[in-house]
Amino acid sequence: MNQNLQDLGDYLKNAIPDAVETVSEDHDQLIVVCKIDEIAAFLTFLRDDSNCLFKVLLDICGVDYPERENRFEVVYHLLSMRLNQRIRVKVECGESDIIPSVSGVFSSANWYERETWDFFGIMFSDHPDLRRLLTDYGFDGHPLRKDFPLTGYVEVRYDEEQKRVVYEPVKLTQAFRSFDFMSPWEGAEYILPGDEKADEAAEGGS
Amino acid sequence: MAVTEIKNLTMNFGPQHPAAHGVLRLVLEMDGEIVERADPHIGLLHRGTEKLIEHKTYLQAVPYFDRLDYVSPMCQEHAFALAVEQLLDITPPLRGQYIRVLYSEITRILNHLLNISAFALDVGAMTPLLWWFEDREILMEFYERVSGARLHSAYFRPGGVHRDMPDGLAEDIMAFVERFPKMIDDVEHLLTENRIFKQRTVDIGIATAEQAMDWGFSGPMLRGSGVAWDLRKSEPYDVYDKMDFDIPIGKNGDCYDRYLIRLEEMRQSLRIMKQCLEQMPAGPVRSTDPKISPPRRAEMKTSMEALIHHFKLYTEGYHVEPGETYAAVEAPKGEFGVYVVADGSNKPYRCKIRAPGFAFLQATDFLGKGHMLADVVAIVGSMDIVFGEIDR
Repeated sequence: MNQNLQDLGDYLKNAIPDAVETVSEDHDQLIVVCKIDEIAAFLTFLRDDSNCLFKVLLDICGVDYPERENRFEVVYHLLSMRLNQRIRVKVECGESDIIPSVSGVFSSANWYERETWDFFGIMFSDHPDLRRLLTDYGFDGHPLRKDFPLTGYVEVRYDEEQKRVVYEPVKLTQAFRSFDFMSPWEGAEYILPGDEKADEAAEGGS
Repeated sequence: MAVTEIKNLTMNFGPQHPAAHGVLRLVLEMDGEIVERADPHIGLLHRGTEKLIEHKTYLQAVPYFDRLDYVSPMCQEHAFALAVEQLLDITPPLRGQYIRVLYSEITRILNHLLNISAFALDVGAMTPLLWWFEDREILMEFYERVSGARLHSAYFRPGGVHRDMPDGLAEDIMAFVERFPKMIDDVEHLLTENRIFKQRTVDIGIATAEQAMDWGFSGPMLRGSGVAWDLRKSEPYDVYDKMDFDIPIGKNGDCYDRYLIRLEEMRQSLRIMKQCLEQMPAGPVRSTDPKISPPRRAEMKTSMEALIHHFKLYTEGYHVEPGETYAAVEAPKGEFGVYVVADGSNKPYRCKIRAPGFAFLQATDFLGKGHMLADVVAIVGSMDIVFGEIDR
């Protein structure tokens, strides 16, 4: 691990042990996993502590891992211009968890949290204005979840008779095709057509 | 005398207004002609880029980046290319890096030409737009000669650039670099000391350094407030560390300072382009690893191995080891970042795009409060808003 990152990680672990769960490094970038209730306090510390001064919150985004117990990760990217250093703070949360909003700590968090709510359905408490941001007015569902289909559920068109835009269930002349180009010799997890007979033959024979 | 109750007027600005720079819908709460509150409604150009990228291979994801901020396409490909290169742990050959820096700076000029001239148009000056569009066309011809497309070039790819520059292009770019300062001067004579232009922009939409950082500003919006921060200097990527150039910063953080910074950045970009052309070595322009970059067509005619690689790379694509990274470039508008999570397959598991304009636009309320309606147009113009990247 890079010495600077190691020092900063150790410093954070000692300074606020209540908030930090794990510290790791990936491609020379520091990743800190924070406890869900401590996120606002932790980001305030990162912003104000004289050894950190992460004064810019660049981004907040969600990542969906449906197979995990806590399916979402909320990722905060911060930048310290004083140290010329970036840090990635993560919070793991389930579908029903509510994350304390950090819009009181960084003004820029406002829209990023709205976007995360819109795309993943992750709730933020004490957010001043948690409306949908990027999807249509009256949109249903959270499109960046892994279980949301790429083609969506509704489509719009202008109806000449009703003289307005109407919403209809999505109709495709050809369904979205997800081609599987993965090599069957490496990577593919399914059984090749015909291969199941080999198992049957082996069972029947024995 | 009876006291009449005065109610605030709520007004819709856009989404079809020409000064809304695309499809911005601003809901303004007006007290007479003073803006009390501005609530931008965005998402009218939302195309689900991030979702689409999750369903495409790494190479197929590249063209989506042209379509984000369609005024500065190559800089965004650059961020994605850097992110994937970090995940694959490869470094592009030196000539490829020089070409990328050269074209990043062409892109910067391309972007600022449109922004300054459209900004001038917003506040009443029509001529710069007419003059500079001619030069934009010349720059887009450079795009076309190197990639085949004027706008959506898909030229920077993970591992380098798609193909080498054709013969004679370097000389033509050099001739442009020599000639172009005159065109900057011409427009500067029209705008910089223009009384109307200054009345519309000086002391409008001020952000202090603290506020700019709090709102997540980057690029000219941040430097306008006096923060000397440029990723090309602080975290040099590709060959920016070999370049000699200056970073202009502003004093007041108003619309006028942002204009001046963009103007000076164009001159600095010309310096970088000149150095690139002078220093550019010969050699390959993209990774020579056949598992990453596809073979040339001529090679495919004779080599079975090359044919197989070609087929596999354009159908299955390459696999990327599990990991995650955030790569950022100094795009003309500010910090453009890409956060990629790879899961070992041939498609990104998650690709979050951090667009600089998104952070600027959410500050509209704070910048515009207490200003006149016409000043909101100047503020939105000085932010350099392009909806492709904000709505994604």
